[in-house]
Amino acid sequence: MSSDRATTAAVEAHGLGKRYVLSHRPQATTLVERLGQLVRAPLGGAGDEELWALRNVDFSIPTGSAVGIIGRNGAGKSTLLKILSRITPPTTGEVRLRGRVGSLLEVGTGFHPELTGRENIFLNGAILGMKRREITQRFDAIVAFAEVERFLDTPVKRYSSGMYVRLAFAVAAHLEPEVLVVDEVLAVGDAEFQRKCLGKMGEVAGEGRTVIFVSHSMAAVSALTQRVLLLDRGECRFDGPTAAGIAQYRALQGGGEATPAQYVATGRSGNHVRHARVRTSDASGVHRHGEALTLEFDLDVPEPTSTLCFSCKLADDSDRNIVHLWCFEPDARFRREAGKYTLRFTVPRARLFQGAYSLRAFLSDRRTNTMFDELHGICPFEVTMDGVHRDDYAWTAGDCTYLESAQWELAREGDAPQRGTVAP
Amino acid sequence: MNASGPGPVAPPTLIIRPDSARSLGLVGELWEFRDLLWTLAGRDLTLRYRQTVLGVAWVALQPLLGALIFTFVFGTIAGLPSDGVPYLVFTFASLAGWGLFSGIVTRASGSLVQNSGLIAKVWFPRVVIPGSVVPAALLDLAVALAVLVVLMLWLGVALSPSMLLAPLWALALVALAFGLGLIGAALMVSYRDVQHILPVAMQLLLYASPVAYAAGVVPERYRDIYWINPVAPLLEGLRASLLGTAMPPTWSVTSSVITTLVMLALGATVFRRLERRFADVI
Repeated sequence: MSSDRATTAAVEAHGLGKRYVLSHRPQATTLVERLGQLVRAPLGGAGDEELWALRNVDFSIPTGSAVGIIGRNGAGKSTLLKILSRITPPTTGEVRLRGRVGSLLEVGTGFHPELTGRENIFLNGAILGMKRREITQRFDAIVAFAEVERFLDTPVKRYSSGMYVRLAFAVAAHLEPEVLVVDEVLAVGDAEFQRKCLGKMGEVAGEGRTVIFVSHSMAAVSALTQRVLLLDRGECRFDGPTAAGIAQYRALQGGGEATPAQYVATGRSGNHVRHARVRTSDASGVHRHGEALTLEFDLDVPEPTSTLCFSCKLADDSDRNIVHLWCFEPDARFRREAGKYTLRFTVPRARLFQGAYSLRAFLSDRRTNTMFDELHGICPFEVTMDGVHRDDYAWTAGDCTYLESAQWELAREGDAPQRGTVAP
Repeated sequence: MNASGPGPVAPPTLIIRPDSARSLGLVGELWEFRDLLWTLAGRDLTLRYRQTVLGVAWVALQPLLGALIFTFVFGTIAGLPSDGVPYLVFTFASLAGWGLFSGIVTRASGSLVQNSGLIAKVWFPRVVIPGSVVPAALLDLAVALAVLVVLMLWLGVALSPSMLLAPLWALALVALAFGLGLIGAALMVSYRDVQHILPVAMQLLLYASPVAYAAGVVPERYRDIYWINPVAPLLEGLRASLLGTAMPPTWSVTSSVITTLVMLALGATVFRRLERRFADVI
């Protein structure tokens, strides 16, 4: 009888696959349309395209370990999480999970703005799978963790966003499942609270429970996990120690189809970002600090909407947003006419500090709150301080994230002030 | 078992497969997740009456206003008979049952779409969502029955021991409504038409059932067709048990119970067939 914990897998997946059928016909959302389609093309067929979001994925996660799932956009991370949390069934293969599974794909699932903090704790706890008795037992701990004692009987619609997130995470953090599945929910909240969450999750893993954690933030992944699964286009590319996995991930970002500072969409329909490029000062995705940086996006807009919005962010390698750019112009042409557009942003002097950066892009409709396309970690590029000189001190990682120029003035009573510039 | 170590009891293994057969039936799932069911029911109830001036009074006011309208139109203007009971009491008793039925069908049908955020982000047995509308509907019924008793005492209608049979009729109404609600909910995930068809269908059903009038006023030659509507005998039976008015024919009650069981089974089957796709489609 092998009850040795180290050899018991908490999660085992064999031949896991998930197929989605992308319809290139207009989606039938009413019975009449659907019946019409059935009459015209009884076997579906013609306009459909199959997409394997996951294919033949095998892995095994030992009990008590914390494992990260990493990969680029569309690699299949979210699909895997949805299968593990039983939200959607796989098309092929099977997963064996030992113990109660708690999943946290969103902060505050089911929170209702009209309900008070107290009511939402019970509601959210029940939705996440806690019995009423368990919630009552942990109620005080949840409230203390969230630091919302004074606002317990206030509707959460009056909470600040920070309080809201803290309360929501606090409930989830007090779930006590054997397997905890967490999506990138830590991307919200203030830095201090994020550290607290990471600590809490580390604690959970320390208690012999298993944590599966999906993130774009390599900093969080390396802080929290010893092992990672690297997914790429629906397949598992790597399963092993975190450091090696992250190295592979970076290699994957740099090489292959994703040529540096480039992103190409595959098989999408509807409004979306077809192609994104970061034009760096040097070739092969290297940018010299202070030079002009150009970001270009090819947008497919088959269905213009009057509040179509595009925005993008430059994020550093800890996934912090450093630069935010947008085009929300009321009479931007892409709000009125369909077509293929190229949107170009030029930053005359990009003063990003040395390090690795990537791009996030969002194409959405403001009024209906529809996200047409949301890309993370695309177009990776490097910023170097080569040729940017300063006296006495060399540049060190972590000096800053963005460098500004300024005037300085040094004064002493009786003397004329001494002046100069900080000009990187 | 070897008791040599403090090791935890081996946790249960969950197997996820494309066609995973559920270990529990729908009823088992409702029972297992009853805490969630009550919490969701409590949420809906709280939200329904929060920020309303009259609050919970609406539970009583709604059927009362409906009954007043029916009394004026059908009792006073049309002068229809009401089996010797004051018209207001007569129609109010049926409206209480109708409220139970239509409340469950309508709210259950819309429940999945309304809770799409939950379905896309967290797993629990989906049947809990339509299931959570039942307690509120039963509470509405309880309040309405209390109001009915007050009306009866006030208008001098004798209370009878047959009232104790009312829960049986109510149970049948709940079962029929829940079966239909499961079908409605599962279909509405893919086809939002349901939300437009439903109010019309319910309106039709209301007038095809003995709520605003006594079944006895339906012309003889339409009677057999009339009683095929499974809701009609249940509402007439509920009213008979409460007020001692005319009972529906026995055969119609039998046929209604059979239809109810078929609808429940059909509802459960349709729901089971479609529930795995909810998160992908909704």
